[in-house]
Amino acid sequence: MKIQLNGKTVETDCKTLFELRDRHFSPDCIAISNGFQTSQDMPLSEGDSVSIIKKGVMPSRDELESMMAARHTPAVHERVKKARVAVCGLGGLGSNIAVMLARTGVGFLKLIDFDIVEPSNLNRQNYYVKHLGMFKSDALCQQIGEINPFIEACGVTAKITRENAKELLNDCDIICEAFDDPAAKAMLTETVLSEMPEKKLVCGSGMAGFDSANSIQTRHIFKNLYMCGDSESEAKPGNGLMAPRVSVCAGHQANMILRLIMGIDEP
Amino acid sequence: MKINGKEIAFEKEITLDILMEKQGFDIKKIAVMKNGEIVPKAEFAQTLIGAEDSLEVVSFVGGG
Repeated sequence: MKIQLNGKTVETDCKTLFELRDRHFSPDCIAISNGFQTSQDMPLSEGDSVSIIKKGVMPSRDELESMMAARHTPAVHERVKKARVAVCGLGGLGSNIAVMLARTGVGFLKLIDFDIVEPSNLNRQNYYVKHLGMFKSDALCQQIGEINPFIEACGVTAKITRENAKELLNDCDIICEAFDDPAAKAMLTETVLSEMPEKKLVCGSGMAGFDSANSIQTRHIFKNLYMCGDSESEAKPGNGLMAPRVSVCAGHQANMILRLIMGIDEP
Repeated sequence: MKINGKEIAFEKEITLDILMEKQGFDIKKIAVMKNGEIVPKAEFAQTLIGAEDSLEVVSFVGGG
């Protein structure tokens, strides 16, 4: 039968996953069958996508890409690779969302922020001490290059305004609002819905403090507008932004984006 | 008129900016859809809202 092994089509007479692993590799290798890493042997079928990788050894570029693709489940990988997503604002929400989308294999990420990484960002944003002083767009592109070098991350150092939004966002299909300032959130929502009504917009609002993480939800507000958060927990003195709830909200936004890419338009 | 699905009664037509203010919204932090169409903020003062209109108001809080 023909199967995909580490990204290449091969002919095999092996009946099971472990027979294949033990014959061509060794029993201590990791075996992934159709996106699922397994420690149980299973029968092989025509057309299966299999990755077998030596533990702890840096694979070749082709092997690494095929392993990452295999982990996403083949049908998912094909779609996410073609997706184009803009992340507006690279703070607590945006930096985490961008990293999650990069790990998921989203093929094109436009990462937009005007600011640099500051010490006060490290409590929740996906940056390290070594990034202090760098533009967030540059720091994030650098990290993504080390997480998933097979996608295109395009960093843009700019402040998004009503005037330049269309030009900056035109080459993406899904737009993620990840600003800090509520007036900027409202401005982007208004601009995307009025000037780019065909695009999907996923916003975040209400994720400060340490109230229950279960109050953070994804809602389909209107047509192409989605909102994640609890809608209430405002960042203010005595109610700061902290990694857990900000990351929960970022996860909601990233998952809604993934669902939209997969053609599902309900939360 | 309806705001976020809730019936609100006003004696006569009212402009969107005054309506939002009366309802306690901070105009800078909201996006408003009137009968399914977004209303740009620059047009709030000229947009009249009557009994038949349905508004969807999305308000944002700070943090991200």
